[in-house]
Amino acid sequence: MAEIFVLAEHRQGRIRDITFEMLTKGKKLTEQINADLTVVLLGKEAKEHARTLSEYAKKVLLIEDTKLENFNSEAYQRVLSNLINEHKPLLLMIGHTSFGVDLAPSLAASLKLPLATDCIDLEFDDETFLVTRQMYGGKVNVRARVRKAESYVVTIRQAAFEAQKPAMNGEIIEKPSSLAEEITKKRFIGYVLPPPGGVDITAADMLIGIGRGIKDENNIPTVEELAKSLGGVLACSRPIVDKGWLPSDRQVGSSGKTVKPKLYIAFGISGAFQHVLGMKNSDLIIAINKDPNAPIFSFSDYGVVEDMFKILSPLQSKICELKGQKT
Amino acid sequence: MAERGLNIIVCVKHVPETAEAEIKIDSTGKAIEKAGLVFDINECDDYALEEAVRVKEKFGGSVIAVTVGPEDADSTLRKCLARGADKAIRLTDATFGGSDGYAIAKILHNAIKGLPFDLVLTGALAGDDGCTMVGPILAELLRIPHATMVKKIELGEGVAKVNRELEGGLEEAVEVELPAVLTVQTGINEPRYVSILGIRKAMKKEIKVLGLADIGLSENDVGEAGSWIKIESMFVPPVEKQAEFIKGTPEEIAAKIVEIIKSRGLI
Ligand SMILES: Cc1cc2nc3c(=O)[nH]c(=O)nc-3n(C[C@H](O)[C@H](O)[C@H](O)COP(=O)(O)OP(=O)(O)OC[C@H]3O[C@@H](n4cnc5c(N)ncnc54)[C@H](O)[C@@H]3O)c2cc1C
Ligand SMILES: Nc1ncnc2c1ncn2[C@@H]1O[C@H](COP(=O)(O)O)[C@@H](O)[C@H]1O
Repeated sequence: MAEIFVLAEHRQGRIRDITFEMLTKGKKLTEQINADLTVVLLGKEAKEHARTLSEYAKKVLLIEDTKLENFNSEAYQRVLSNLINEHKPLLLMIGHTSFGVDLAPSLAASLKLPLATDCIDLEFDDETFLVTRQMYGGKVNVRARVRKAESYVVTIRQAAFEAQKPAMNGEIIEKPSSLAEEITKKRFIGYVLPPPGGVDITAADMLIGIGRGIKDENNIPTVEELAKSLGGVLACSRPIVDKGWLPSDRQVGSSGKTVKPKLYIAFGISGAFQHVLGMKNSDLIIAINKDPNAPIFSFSDYGVVEDMFKILSPLQSKICELKGQKT
Repeated sequence: MAERGLNIIVCVKHVPETAEAEIKIDSTGKAIEKAGLVFDINECDDYALEEAVRVKEKFGGSVIAVTVGPEDADSTLRKCLARGADKAIRLTDATFGGSDGYAIAKILHNAIKGLPFDLVLTGALAGDDGCTMVGPILAELLRIPHATMVKKIELGEGVAKVNRELEGGLEEAVEVELPAVLTVQTGINEPRYVSILGIRKAMKKEIKVLGLADIGLSENDVGEAGSWIKIESMFVPPVEKQAEFIKGTPEEIAAKIVEIIKSRGLI
């Protein structure tokens, strides 16, 4: 029977959410095409993880090796190449995460298997295999056909599928590690923690987020003023941190913080999925963007299609008016 | 290394700015209408080029900027030359159209494999199709190691110690043997502005143009034939939730926003 492999991702003792998201989608696919779902788990002492994952798949292939303690694409690639050559799974699913993007492309290229990255949907038809992915910062979707092959490799976007618990009772199969020689070309040294920040945006009830629409560093104080009047905290999208206009502890998104305030106002933020990942669960989202087609509007409760600089000052005075009345 | 300097190749892509532009799907239904869009160097490639120039300034050596793209991509290469690249190569051929990340990586591989290099820098991803694959595939084809999503580079004797960006603000430090391919993430440095003098000097530098035959590939290696994936259709993403739009004069909009916030008991 055809087999679908999901590569488990874990870091610092925790299985990462993407693993369960992929397993949920993987299970649906196996039901559609009548295949078996196998989760591949590589690690140092990973039996605990194997037990957890056994509830999500028919089989858990567990390979333990001290060289697999921390993620290293060189080591992973070697072990996975052997596994794929041996089992010839129809599909290998890897997370489109920092871990997955370091591994999947070179693995696929070395095995001469086609790869589709950052997929948000997958589908088999009579001919081959189709994926849905986004282009142009999420402004368009494409459906793409993958070249016919014995096995396909995909990376899956985070949060594209909602994880569900299927309560299976998979068999855990331990396999010996095929890593004989030392890993020589790439060496993991250690984790580097972000510098301790002065502000904890995850604790704020109200966040005012600014994006590239702010245009100039000198425009930031106006928004900061607004945040203060409202009793909220200033946050931002990644380009603002990249430019050095705000410290990294203010960044919302996949490579920044995940926030869930009572109110999130987005000024001049397009709504790239990496940003949305960090704020979509806020209770109330209001977006101000001059582009009516900005993806942020699909994630907001209220939208304003307007130049943010026309809104800032009346908003500031309305808030002051109201607060003034109260005191 | 310090004595002879480092030879660096930077792969740059000429991409349309789409965050603020109106995007229309063209009549083929498989691509967007490019007319009217403003093209520039891909965002992370800008950081990659800056990083390369900084390494050259510190250790000596050379920087070559390479692109696969149409003649228009010369403006991106000129920008690289003005910023401090020594040479530029443009790979252009009618057969290259429809290439995915894999085909692009093969083209780049054949173009650079004969050149001397210690380091190949690419961006982490291209802002248009966002494959996030060209760098590490190129490394695999060159049979050299790679590290993706790099936020810091420290060069030592025969090795690069780099910080890779992980999720949630975490990074990992890894060491890779040189030569290597590193894919650079935004924010690694602050790309410099180009001086008028730099631009003028860059106009005199030559851009070498190579086609399919010049790099020893065949038609089956590139374009749709040489790609892993082929676009069948392009469409506007389905909207799961649509915001309720607030309309009116700025004053009216501001009043409505305050009313909404107040109704939630937040003010
Ligand atoms: C691995 C990876 C991790 C990432 N992590 C994150 C992350 O954690 N957080 C994050 O935010 N991004 C992250 N990004 C970047 C992300 O992909 C986007 O590039 C980024 O979110 C875009 O920021 P932006 O919306 O501010 O800018 P843009 O996309 O450039 O959008 C600017 C918006 O401002 C609007 N605008 C311009 N002028 C005005 C005006 N006067 N009034 C109103 N609106 C205006 C425009 O219409 C546009 O929609 C990551 C990317 C990668 C590859
Ligand atoms: N057509 C191209 N020409 C030169 N470099 C490219 C091209 N396409 C992609 N790259 C490089 O590969 C990186 C990643 O692109 P991608 O894998 O398409 O997301 C880019 O940031 C560039 O550095």
